[in-house]
Amino acid sequence: MSELPLLSLVIWTPIIGGLVVLAVGDREPWGARSIALVFSLLTLALSVPLYAEFDTSTAAMQFVELSPWISTFNINYHLGVDGISMPLILLTAFTTVLVVIAGWEVIQYKTAQYMAAFLVLEGLMIGVFAALDAVLFYVFWEAMLIPMFLIIGIWGGPRRVYATIKFFLYTFLGSVLMLVALIYLYYRTGSFGVLDFHLTPLGLTEQILIFIAFLLAFGVKVPMWPVHTWLPDAHVEAPTGGSVILAAIMLKIGGYGFLRFSLPITPDASNELDWLMIMLSLIAIVYIALVALVQEDMKKLIAYSSIAHMGFVTLGFFIVFAIIAKSDSMQGAAMGIQGGMVQMISHGFVSGALFLCVGVLYDRLHSRQISDYGGVANTMPKFAAFMVLFAFANTGLPGTSGFVGEFMVILSSFKANFWYAFLAATMLILGAAYTLWMVKRVVFGDVRNAGVATLTDINRREFLVLGALAVPVLLFGIWPAPLVEVMEASVQNLLEHVAVSKL
Amino acid sequence: MSFVSSDFISAAPEIFVLGMACLVLVADLFLDERNRAATYWLSQLTLAGAAVLTIALYDERPVSVFGGMFVNDAMGNVLKLFIYLLTAGVFLYARDYLKARDLFKGEFYVLGLFAVLGMMVMVSAHNFLTIYLGLELLSLSLYALVAFDRDSTVAAEAATKYFVLGSLASGMLLYGISILYGVTGSLSILEVSDFVATNTNLDLFVVFGLVFVLVGVAFKLGAVPFHMWMPDVYHGAPTAITLFVSTAPKIAAFAMLMRLLVDGLGELHGNWQDMIVIMVLLSLAVGNIIALAQTNIKRMLAYSTISHIGFLLLGVVAGTAEGYAAAMFYTVTYALMALGGFGIVILLSRAGFEADKLDDFKGLNERSPWFAFMMLVLMFSMAGVPPTVGFYAKLLVLNAVVNVDMVWLAAVAVVFAIIGAFYYLRVVKLMYFDKPEDASALDVNTDVRLALSANGLAVLALGIFPGQLIALCTAAIG
Repeated sequence: MSELPLLSLVIWTPIIGGLVVLAVGDREPWGARSIALVFSLLTLALSVPLYAEFDTSTAAMQFVELSPWISTFNINYHLGVDGISMPLILLTAFTTVLVVIAGWEVIQYKTAQYMAAFLVLEGLMIGVFAALDAVLFYVFWEAMLIPMFLIIGIWGGPRRVYATIKFFLYTFLGSVLMLVALIYLYYRTGSFGVLDFHLTPLGLTEQILIFIAFLLAFGVKVPMWPVHTWLPDAHVEAPTGGSVILAAIMLKIGGYGFLRFSLPITPDASNELDWLMIMLSLIAIVYIALVALVQEDMKKLIAYSSIAHMGFVTLGFFIVFAIIAKSDSMQGAAMGIQGGMVQMISHGFVSGALFLCVGVLYDRLHSRQISDYGGVANTMPKFAAFMVLFAFANTGLPGTSGFVGEFMVILSSFKANFWYAFLAATMLILGAAYTLWMVKRVVFGDVRNAGVATLTDINRREFLVLGALAVPVLLFGIWPAPLVEVMEASVQNLLEHVAVSKL
Repeated sequence: MSFVSSDFISAAPEIFVLGMACLVLVADLFLDERNRAATYWLSQLTLAGAAVLTIALYDERPVSVFGGMFVNDAMGNVLKLFIYLLTAGVFLYARDYLKARDLFKGEFYVLGLFAVLGMMVMVSAHNFLTIYLGLELLSLSLYALVAFDRDSTVAAEAATKYFVLGSLASGMLLYGISILYGVTGSLSILEVSDFVATNTNLDLFVVFGLVFVLVGVAFKLGAVPFHMWMPDVYHGAPTAITLFVSTAPKIAAFAMLMRLLVDGLGELHGNWQDMIVIMVLLSLAVGNIIALAQTNIKRMLAYSTISHIGFLLLGVVAGTAEGYAAAMFYTVTYALMALGGFGIVILLSRAGFEADKLDDFKGLNERSPWFAFMMLVLMFSMAGVPPTVGFYAKLLVLNAVVNVDMVWLAAVAVVFAIIGAFYYLRVVKLMYFDKPEDASALDVNTDVRLALSANGLAVLALGIFPGQLIALCTAAIG
């Protein structure tokens, strides 16, 4: 164990960096950008020891920091990570660096505020993953809305105001009811410790009400059908960086919430209502994939594809009860949760990369309409190679990270029910259909119009960003073991906990 | 009833403020226009001196003097300190605004100091008559202040409404007090409390009196359905006066509520709880929904105040020490937020221009990123979004009602908080997402800049480290 308060450093370095960037301001054209890059790289560097020194043999919280914060209400500044949250922290630190680089020349209006918003957002998101006190978690969870609200609203597209207010109010709606649930849990346990909540016995009615409050909060974030409508709007209007963070990290916070709160705090309600969760997940997978098929706007298409992919995640998480009930196979159940986790990480890379690809095109022609492109491969060969790679990863082609998670979830749903697996597997077909059809129309064929003919291939900066994402996509596709290993003990522990009734 | 000289020591801050207010009144007569600033500094000095005396006399144990008419306790002292602080902020923010409108007169400070004296008496009163005395001193000063801009018809209209409705509410309160006196034979809060505890057979009559007392308190707080005066007074009064009306008097009203309902009629908690629940629900609904339709920021903040009163009363509904502490925390932090919010409205105003339309906030981020950020913090704090102090205020009152098994009330309250979030977000939207219509830079004195920044940062800092203030409120309620 390291002596340094690593988690605090990883949370507060970017936030302080954001303040520094704001203080420097836009006087020097390169000042804000370089400082933002330095701070985001520093955060990434600080987060590496979290992986390197992580003990994979235990499910206990690691790198724990605990000090009293509001003693009157027994609220503590309590941080710690396990195998579920640690990979997500690394993903956040990694993605933010790319977002800072991706916004380098593109953002000319209030650059310092843009960079500062992303840095502060990074710190808050890491805080969400690291917090082990419910109030601390909620503070980070809500505070993160403020920079995102500004990012979409200031640097977004023409309907940005509508999109950002919808985004804020939707998420706020879910989270305030979660707040009431958390206060109720405090009333029952006398502590705001998340780990204390895990151990409290609760009656079934209580559990179901708490579960529904959590479901609203996390379901909106994921987002699950039918509370997903904010996402396409937010994605389409957000600047590229905002879309990347939204898809790569913010959606995962919903999934993470299910694992950290819903399942362990209300296992019986989760068991009782798993049919609802599976149904909503399957609707997301099948129906939303069909919706994605007819999109004209590339960003909207990827946004719907994100919803469908997140359906896999929630399916993997909630299929476990059916597996345990049917075959008593802990291993099969563990595979569901691990599959969902791998899918979250992989989708973080892939969807972020796809949004960056769209951003590359948008910066050149200022259009996201599929019909405005065609034959991009002729003028942008290097870009086309990346776009095709990420599209394949999005369809779950073996050898890319997208395959691993989807395969694990489908395999485990076979153990529960053939029809679940059947419906989930249609994703492979529909996903291929909408992604590849988009790629075909945008990348391949003859040069469609004069605009496409004038396109220049990606520059070194864009190459760096897309290349940096291509590496993990391929790496985890071929060799997912390092990712699966770190979460194994925690997932096992979670399952053992969930299998025991709390009534 | 006999006085001992040590009684006067407990009331030293009040006596000091009274003396200084008279001194300011006389001194101002001999000052010409150029030296008017002396009045301002003398008034600030008065508040600072009162604060020093209050801290010096701070005592953990309640000290009851003048035959139980007046009490010096922890809650009273903490609230008084906040009243001084808020009033000092009001005097500071208001100065340039008044100068620009030819309203920079000594009377503003004299009336302000008398209002402060009224509030101090309300906070420390432990007898129905003393409470009424303080309340009337405050109210009469405020009526005059609202009409301070003599030539403004809107202000005169607002003052008339305020005066008529306020007198009606005072009448109600006095009627309630007279019934309680008739039943219990005493005006002392402690004796009434003892009487109610021992003579439960007379509850019906006491409750009859209680209803009227509650109306008086609700009027002062501005809880629905006794809120009608607030939007008009907030809108009609010069912004500097609105600033005053919306901050310190809310703290005094909270103290009055604590003295009357909790210290005096705490035994009847079951009776007044239901009445307050209705007020809470109505205040949340009316305040939040009507605020959505406002185009004038002063009116919007008036309705927002009404919804905040709803939240504050949630803590009182719980009827536990924890709940009262939560309500106290809410009152204090709300007053701080209102001070900042109206402070920014004043900041944007210039000679001949009132920045009281929502549209006047358009593009503030381009004109002054720093104050746009301060307003952003204040708006998110009012909406209850962490990491601002407004979140903890809501957390504590919600916690108080959940702890008495009223989860449904907490759930209803947070749903209204979502509706409320919309109009606060709209201000942020105007400041950050729209282009300015008037790109002139802000012209403000350094001390106002510093104070407003400190005010906004305090809302943020208390949102990150709220522990001390929460502990202070919990200790003050005891």
